[in-house]
Amino acid sequence: MEEGKAVSQSVQESAAAYRVIQEQFGAAVSAFDANETMPFFEVVATGRWVEIALFMRDHAKLKFNSMACLTGADYPAENKVGIICNFESLALLGHKVAVKLKCDRTGGSLPSLSCLWHTANWHEREVFDLFGITFTGHPDLRRILCPDDWEGHPLLKDYKVQQSYHGIKVPY
Amino acid sequence: MQELDTVGQGSVRVTRKSDKLVILEKDLATEQMVLAMGPQHPSTHGVLKLECLTDGEVITEAIPCLGYLHRCFEKCCENVDYPAIVPYTDRLDYLSGMNSEFAYAMAVEKLLDLEIPRRVEFIRVLVAELNRIASHLVAIGTYGIDLGAFTPFLFCFRDREIILGLLEWASGARMLYNYIWIGGLANDVPTDFSKRVREFVNYFRPKTVELQNLLTGNEIFLKRTYGIGIMPAEVAINYGWSGPMRRGSGVKWDLRRNDPYSIYPELDFNVAVPDGKNSVIGDCLSRHLVRALEMEESLKIIEQCLDKMPSSEGFNSRSAIPKRIRPKAGEVYSRAENPRGELGFYIESDGKSTKPVRCKARSSCFVNLSAMKDLSKGQLIPDLVAIIGSIDIVLGEVDR
Repeated sequence: MEEGKAVSQSVQESAAAYRVIQEQFGAAVSAFDANETMPFFEVVATGRWVEIALFMRDHAKLKFNSMACLTGADYPAENKVGIICNFESLALLGHKVAVKLKCDRTGGSLPSLSCLWHTANWHEREVFDLFGITFTGHPDLRRILCPDDWEGHPLLKDYKVQQSYHGIKVPY
Repeated sequence: MQELDTVGQGSVRVTRKSDKLVILEKDLATEQMVLAMGPQHPSTHGVLKLECLTDGEVITEAIPCLGYLHRCFEKCCENVDYPAIVPYTDRLDYLSGMNSEFAYAMAVEKLLDLEIPRRVEFIRVLVAELNRIASHLVAIGTYGIDLGAFTPFLFCFRDREIILGLLEWASGARMLYNYIWIGGLANDVPTDFSKRVREFVNYFRPKTVELQNLLTGNEIFLKRTYGIGIMPAEVAINYGWSGPMRRGSGVKWDLRRNDPYSIYPELDFNVAVPDGKNSVIGDCLSRHLVRALEMEESLKIIEQCLDKMPSSEGFNSRSAIPKRIRPKAGEVYSRAENPRGELGFYIESDGKSTKPVRCKARSSCFVNLSAMKDLSKGQLIPDLVAIIGSIDIVLGEVDR
């Protein structure tokens, strides 16, 4: 964002929502990144994620009733993988915010949100499938897009495709 | 009433012979049966497999199995330049390629902070709405077929053909257009395009009524959809449903109106929601009605676009397209109202590369389909077909 350019209204709304969360949870969340394209904050204390998410869903000033999207991401430079969740208070307060979480690249796990938003169920399965993040408390954590006996997690940056699958040559 | 000797475990099968009930079979097993529906099944609209646990004809659980059409869209995106992703987006929801391209182009433009010429915006909305009608025609036509009505399907495809012809005229392709580029369009629309589109609108308006009468005036169609697969509004939002599915549950919320993009704020149209007079809010029939109503709203939007569109004089559809697309470091989550719901793109750029670090498509069908397990519980097998049809999935977008 250019210097001096007015912060748009939607970012101000997101910032206001962030302040409510920050007041409640303090150091568990990082500082707010007020960029124009996708304002976000990070949850540092990933263990409290379900608690924070429940607060976001049910607090009268937040009311994030809809989880629009849950994306996985790979950060090889930090040796981390993570998720980005886009929340919206749909037809209620109208504000949006994105939340990021990171965990270890090998054997990392994050708490599952499928108990709060149904949307999270399949999206977390997809992230598990493509990035290998385990979601603790997920009711049915199986691969969703790749076959059950596929090797590796394709969207990791250092992914090498397996040579053969049930006798079929894979890489071409 | 005669006494039947039904002593034993499980059910019996009886028949009537000259006013007498005769037992044909006894001790029938009543354990659950697994019924695999698909991936090669005409009513699953593509390669979807449903593993149904059934108790007689009642479904106790239907588990969708996907991935048969998974083609690593997101991995492909990390290996090609930004403009080269546009043709891939066509292949997500192949029934509404224009809308997918539109959504993707907008996401990258947000990252680039690009200003788009006004005529480009009008043409984009025009072709996207034409494509929306074409897509809804397939949805409605195939839904009729699912429920045993063959004629509407032929009517739908006859009219869809005209739209495909128009879009082919503009872009050169019938389904996979590669027409909306980042910052502009592949080319301007042909000279007489507006005239032909207007002709189509005038032709199609009475046809929507005809089509509507064919289906919602049909007793069988009504019986098969009325009160089936009801989804309450709260649960629909919690499931992340979007588009006609969410509006079918009575949530009057449309991205084009409530979080508008492009030139939609200047256009006048209604957000279609069922009124609850002819259908139960949230049932299969409501979702069908929303699609039918939306086609009429799209016609309105198309007419307004034609009226308000700036002239083509001195217009270059590629004038705003950057020579080299390399967005500054950052992320964007941008979405658009597609015929099947919200298509969102999450794109991350590192500011150095001409390729995205991460590009995720938030598919509306994927999210809509995830409610299948809850929707199908306790339904009859034929009703399952009605429910899948009303979700209107395109497996190209579900599996990506």
